[in-house]
Amino acid sequence: MKIHEYQARDLFRKYGIPVPDAILCHSVEEVEAKVPDDNLLRVVKAQVHAGGRGKAGGVKLARSKAEAVENAGKILGMDIKGYTVEKVLIGDAVDIDKEYYVGLINDRNTRNVVLMVSAEGGVEIEEVAKVTPEKIIKVPIDPLVGLMDWQARELALQLFSDIRHARMAASIFQKLYKLYIDTDSSLAEINPLVLTLQDEIVAIDGKMNFDDNALYRQPGILEMREVTADEQKEIDATEKGLSYIKLDGTIGCMVNGAGLAMATMDMIKLYGGEPANFLDIGGSSNPQKVIDAMDILLSDKNVKAVMINIFGGITRCDDVARGLITALDQIKTSIPIVVRLSGTNAREGLELLKSKGLLTVGSMGEAARKAIELSKL
Amino acid sequence: MSILVNANTRLVVQGITGRDGAFHAQKMKAYGTNVVAGVSPGKGGQVIGGIPIFNTVGEARSATGANASVIFVPAPFAGDAILEASYAGIELVVAITEGIPVRDMIRVIPAFKCNGTQLIGPNCPGLITPGECLIGILPGNIFKKGNVGLMSRSGTLTYEVVNQLTESGLGQTTCIGIGGDPVAGLYYQDLLQMFEDDPETSGVVLIGEIGGDAEEQAARFIKNHMTKPVVAFIAGQTAPPGKRMGHAGAIISSGSGTAEEKIRAFNEAGVPVAKEPSQIPELLKQLIR
Repeated sequence: MKIHEYQARDLFRKYGIPVPDAILCHSVEEVEAKVPDDNLLRVVKAQVHAGGRGKAGGVKLARSKAEAVENAGKILGMDIKGYTVEKVLIGDAVDIDKEYYVGLINDRNTRNVVLMVSAEGGVEIEEVAKVTPEKIIKVPIDPLVGLMDWQARELALQLFSDIRHARMAASIFQKLYKLYIDTDSSLAEINPLVLTLQDEIVAIDGKMNFDDNALYRQPGILEMREVTADEQKEIDATEKGLSYIKLDGTIGCMVNGAGLAMATMDMIKLYGGEPANFLDIGGSSNPQKVIDAMDILLSDKNVKAVMINIFGGITRCDDVARGLITALDQIKTSIPIVVRLSGTNAREGLELLKSKGLLTVGSMGEAARKAIELSKL
Repeated sequence: MSILVNANTRLVVQGITGRDGAFHAQKMKAYGTNVVAGVSPGKGGQVIGGIPIFNTVGEARSATGANASVIFVPAPFAGDAILEASYAGIELVVAITEGIPVRDMIRVIPAFKCNGTQLIGPNCPGLITPGECLIGILPGNIFKKGNVGLMSRSGTLTYEVVNQLTESGLGQTTCIGIGGDPVAGLYYQDLLQMFEDDPETSGVVLIGEIGGDAEEQAARFIKNHMTKPVVAFIAGQTAPPGKRMGHAGAIISSGSGTAEEKIRAFNEAGVPVAKEPSQIPELLKQLIR
């Protein structure tokens, strides 16, 4: 789960990480009403769940209230990577001396939380990681003792020569780690962390993601959730025990198991088609799940054919076939459907489907070829 | 021979009174796995389907000599159940449970290192040495005893591949589902080394998917340490960046973890990568011969 910059800032502030003052606005009128008329330099920033806001024109300076109003007007409603800007954050600009990067992430290789810092702040850290990986310093954190004082200080001293600055930064690292652990975060970034000309260290921009599997014990984080229409579809699917991701192709896929679902999409592509979605119906042969899955698939108007690929392991194929028949009796559709069943009781399942006049095939490859052919009719 | 589990494995089922635990405990027993105990706090003393139930893993181990455990405990409590098995002296823990918070798994890892416990999963289908021992939710009927070792991050895709291996006459020594989570126990390199050392295994199938760089690391390991042939398959070539494909680990982030990079790494290590699952048996037969 993702949150906006302004929400991350609120969390930073709660954990004692310094952030400059800022005002959140949803409309030009709100900017008019809330921003003081004092000619202070401010930054107007789009609040969307996408990176690269600056490049897209979603971040603008304002030297006066009038300019803040004008720029907010330009940014609100703007489309950034498919997201419409509905909120802007208007923050006090700071006198930047130097910019740094600070990030925490769950690392697969060390199987720990890793703290990453760099003196190359303010730019896209992915670029730094690619071009000059040596400029990012990484430290794995022992989950049993946490980020130790000396560890935070040692890392801070690699960025700051002045011990006063290093102490301030070390304290910020530890606060960010506490926030990360307390909220079951999966990514926490301050970019940039800024040393100001007034000798302060402040977080100018922040980003946080959270572990979806832990949201059940993070009610405060869950409250901050904000979803787009496409994401809502995915969440609805999850609540029904399905895992769904919309894509842009024409072949709808329904598969049991995530790995097999990915392999099915790949096969459609391999034979010259384009998958319309990723859809994992999990292990159960419950007809309701099949009905829900078909509903979701067919609500995508791009779908021209459906490929159902089931490998019966513990799930018996004849049960799946019965589920499918019940489902298809309820959903009348003219969209062609190709079913492939394999594994436990596949023969019985296929016979059931055939007796109902459904198109069945014996292998994944055949199913993909057939579905593509039918989608072009 | 085989790796990790065999006819001498004595299994305790944690979460045996839950729906999945109860069902699969009987399935494993019916397959021939030596299921010696179940654990469900508060239900100690009962016997369910011929399996004695204990309140704690410690009791189960003292009473039955269990040396392996399988976890069906619900996600919010699974991290703790895994730790309980490790502190009770269980040697191999197989965590089937899906959806365990990463923070809980990160806490498990150092305890396992310290206690010398081996972990498979979480969010995995388990493992099997055909004809001897099945742990988890794998469909036993598709496996056949033989000389191919198999490891995979996925469930049903594994069954698909195993089915094709078996149908083309290639039986298996041991097949392991390592799980789809970002923080997991035994991984490709550990298992590759075990298969390399197992005299019965003559070839290995590695099924990977998008996300992370475990496949790239496995490719380097194969190049430097493996004498036995390996065939790979990678799922997720059409997956878009930034979208999690069902498994918590299957996500292409910041342009890394793509199928393309993984396939390139295997090609550079001289490991053939099947374009579709049905090519795997043929590729393997050519190399084993």
